[in-house]
Amino acid sequence: MRVTLTIALSGLLATSPAYATTLDINVEVPKLNVAEYHRPYVAVWLEGADQKVAANLSVWYQQTSNSEGHGTKWLPDLRQWWRKSGRTLEVPVDGVTGPTRPVGTHALSFNDRAPALKQLAPGSYTLVVEAVREVGGRELLKVPFTWPAKAAQSGSAQGTTELGKVTLAIKP
Amino acid sequence: MKRTLVLAAALAAVLPFSAAAHKAWLLPSQTVVAGNDPWITVDGAVSNDLFYFNHVPLRLESLVVTAPDGSQVQPQNAATGKFRSVFDIELKQAGTYRIASVNEGLFATYELNGERKRWRGSAASFGELPKNAQKLQVSESVGRVETFVTNGAPNATALKPTNKGIELVAVGHPNDLFAGEEATFRVLVDGTPTAGLEFEIVRGATRYRNAQDEIKVTSNAQGEIRVKWPEAGMYWLETGSEDAKTTVKQAGKRRLSYVATLEVLPQ
Repeated sequence: MRVTLTIALSGLLATSPAYATTLDINVEVPKLNVAEYHRPYVAVWLEGADQKVAANLSVWYQQTSNSEGHGTKWLPDLRQWWRKSGRTLEVPVDGVTGPTRPVGTHALSFNDRAPALKQLAPGSYTLVVEAVREVGGRELLKVPFTWPAKAAQSGSAQGTTELGKVTLAIKP
Repeated sequence: MKRTLVLAAALAAVLPFSAAAHKAWLLPSQTVVAGNDPWITVDGAVSNDLFYFNHVPLRLESLVVTAPDGSQVQPQNAATGKFRSVFDIELKQAGTYRIASVNEGLFATYELNGERKRWRGSAASFGELPKNAQKLQVSESVGRVETFVTNGAPNATALKPTNKGIELVAVGHPNDLFAGEEATFRVLVDGTPTAGLEFEIVRGATRYRNAQDEIKVTSNAQGEIRVKWPEAGMYWLETGSEDAKTTVKQAGKRRLSYVATLEVLPQ
């Protein structure tokens, strides 16, 4: 009985992605040879052709307070994100904001039923990834794409300082 | 000889916007702020170099700090040293703060019993001048030195013009300036957009370059100036003019001056 149920459920799960467009993003936080290292603040968002934020996908920042203040104090250092979205956003945002992440490649996956993508009007978009690090630098990478995807699309951008490789793969 | 000196000093005092004058400024520690219970600190000084304190401090008596809801807040830990004044502001509200030093005053020179005298005061205290003053010359001045700081999302309540003297109203927002982008400002004199005002705009850190690299713009027929920021930095912007709209009838003319410190961020 239980086995059948599991099979039935997995059958459901297996069929659902067939109808959904998936948007897979990899963001690499590079290993840096520096004396004082702090994990970067990273914002991942989608921009429309008007260069306005169409959807916030992920924002990583220090979620707690320390002697220097609460982690939100340094959110404006994600300058473009702050200007375009952050300053009018009430953080934390469920499903978007989260703690900073360590060195490595981080996979983010969304489908067209995700709240961020459900409202997306057809058109040209840019995936933007901005990273800024305490006592470090700031870097911003862009990967253009078209929505909705008629065929599979992929793109990537290579960072040089605060970001490694950022890849985008869209499967209709 | 002595008289010439005094006269020169008097002239210098009433010419706040003349090219030879030093630059007055307010310098905020940052202009884009977030977090719980943020504070900023502001320096005020008058100097030739931007933004270095090496001449005299900016006096804080006429400081007006307007909060995002339009109310006035008191600066804290204010102190005036040899070269600069400093004060802190707790940004309790979200939105844009306008921090200004607003000076309105009268300046008079006269002779009393053959002796040359100077007087400084306001329209209210003008009556204290001796009745038998001879060769009375009065000039009026309205000056504003200001800067803007935004905690969280910007708003425009504090930016509402007071309609007194020269004011600059950003078409957009004064804390939304980025290198490589063009910003538009409306120039108001007593609240009216005014053409023909000449602006001098200089980026800070002048000590580390060989030229002022000033930007000169003049307000157009619509009373607007457009500035394309060549690079990121803290910019000093100044203009001045004079007219005959005096509050005291003995004053021949009214001198107007305006200074703003604006931060331009990199892309």
